[in-house]
Amino acid sequence: MSKKEIVIVDYGLGNLFSIQRAINEVGAKSLISCKSEQIKSAEKLILPGVGAFEDGMRGLCEKGLVNTICEFANSGKPVFGICLGMQLLLSFSEEHGLHRGLDLIKGKVVRFKEPDPGGEKYKVPQIGWNSIVLPETLHQGKVSGEAGRINPWENTILKDLSNKSFMYFLHSYIVFVDNPERCLAVTRYGLDEYCSVLKKDNIVGCQFHPELSGDTGLDILRNFVLQ
Amino acid sequence: MHNIRVIPRLDIKGPNIVKGLCFDGYRVIGTPEKFSEIYYKAGADELFFQDVVASLYERSNLLEIIESTAKKIFIPLTVSGGVRSIEDVKEILRAGADKVAINTAAIKNPDLLRQASRMFGSQCIVSSIEAKRLGNGKYEVWVDYGRQPTGVDVLEWAKRVVDLGVGEIFLSSVDKDGTGEGFELDLIHMVASSVSIPVIACSGAGQEEDFVQAVKIGLADAVSAASVFHYKYAELVDTLIMSYNKKELRMGEQIDSGNIEFIREGYGGNSEIFVNPASIGDVKRLMRKKEIFVRV
Repeated sequence: MSKKEIVIVDYGLGNLFSIQRAINEVGAKSLISCKSEQIKSAEKLILPGVGAFEDGMRGLCEKGLVNTICEFANSGKPVFGICLGMQLLLSFSEEHGLHRGLDLIKGKVVRFKEPDPGGEKYKVPQIGWNSIVLPETLHQGKVSGEAGRINPWENTILKDLSNKSFMYFLHSYIVFVDNPERCLAVTRYGLDEYCSVLKKDNIVGCQFHPELSGDTGLDILRNFVLQ
Repeated sequence: MHNIRVIPRLDIKGPNIVKGLCFDGYRVIGTPEKFSEIYYKAGADELFFQDVVASLYERSNLLEIIESTAKKIFIPLTVSGGVRSIEDVKEILRAGADKVAINTAAIKNPDLLRQASRMFGSQCIVSSIEAKRLGNGKYEVWVDYGRQPTGVDVLEWAKRVVDLGVGEIFLSSVDKDGTGEGFELDLIHMVASSVSIPVIACSGAGQEEDFVQAVKIGLADAVSAASVFHYKYAELVDTLIMSYNKKELRMGEQIDSGNIEFIREGYGGNSEIFVNPASIGDVKRLMRKKEIFVRV
């Protein structure tokens, strides 16, 4: 395949077709593939995923895609990790033991804290809508007076989104990145405030499902497609 | 403090949405595709498709509906009804559903839930539990869309499905479904407060305030309803009042066809079900007013 386009990585896990439908809806074509050659020649990569971290890494290893994806990321071409796909970008996860990730972004994946016996009750997994919020650190660093106000989301997949937009989440494990500047948005659930959108140069990740987050989710996908 | 989901339930028979009324049959309300789009635009957080005669008829109709709906709506879609095997789950997910709910088949073979959760992920598998009041605070699991008792205790079953790995529970009340008398709050509270996974409460909503109670008293993590929403958005040619002549209302009575002549023929009887139709926006507004968090 010589034509460059968006490739959605098929490593055995993930709602590939919903992402494909959503990409289609925002006016782009995509190819679902597990083949290294096709992935290498893609213009942009989407790493989807639902399920357990261990299964995800095993899927990538068995299909011989670990190096391919890392090389793609290091080439500077856009990579978008969604849900489990975002978690796999990190250094390691504590889900069902300790498992190494792709280590493209330094950080970890851990489970939601359990509710305090006497405190507010909440359920795990988080299933439902929640807000993505501009982190304090990012916000303070960039705002410089009314006239000089810069939006940290400006040249990212969150371009033109309102702060605290609602997205659809479905997960029991959350991401913490080592370098706070990599965290584009945070979300609060239960006793945790975790990274819901990350970015390191050409690599981005969303813990939520943009393909299930209505029009706002489609906006994010459109931003990715157009960047 | 987490956001409560509002989920319209669409009961599907063949190509139509139907609403069960009583022993006599169903009233056709519209098509699932049309309603799905309406609900998507109206702010529904998810959609729930219930195939009401799935056990006995061909699946292809439902798969077509799922496919065409999934192309247009970008919120989660759960499909329920007649899911009997791993193959069924696979087919339904491939057609475009995000989650699959299983009731009857899981009671017969609980391991199906374990297998499905392991294979497709907990997040894709919902345990659909239909509960009938036994008295003394106890409820019995019914299957086959409100047709068959099982002798299984609802609370015990709910705890069991969590162990089997499902992601959430969709809880309906055989006693309340279609009545508009309000949710079965004791049932919801019993289950929601006992399991660590989300519980979606369904059956009985007749007005906006019912949803508030399902959350505040029942502790539901999400609320689902059919008539209350359908009759708000349906293009009705007649009144909203439905008649039935039996006090007890059952879901899922076997039928051969959707009755499109409903309004003219009528169903006789003296008792009436009142549903105060509400929009999704109305329900969410009231919830916010009562300090329940919802997606805006």
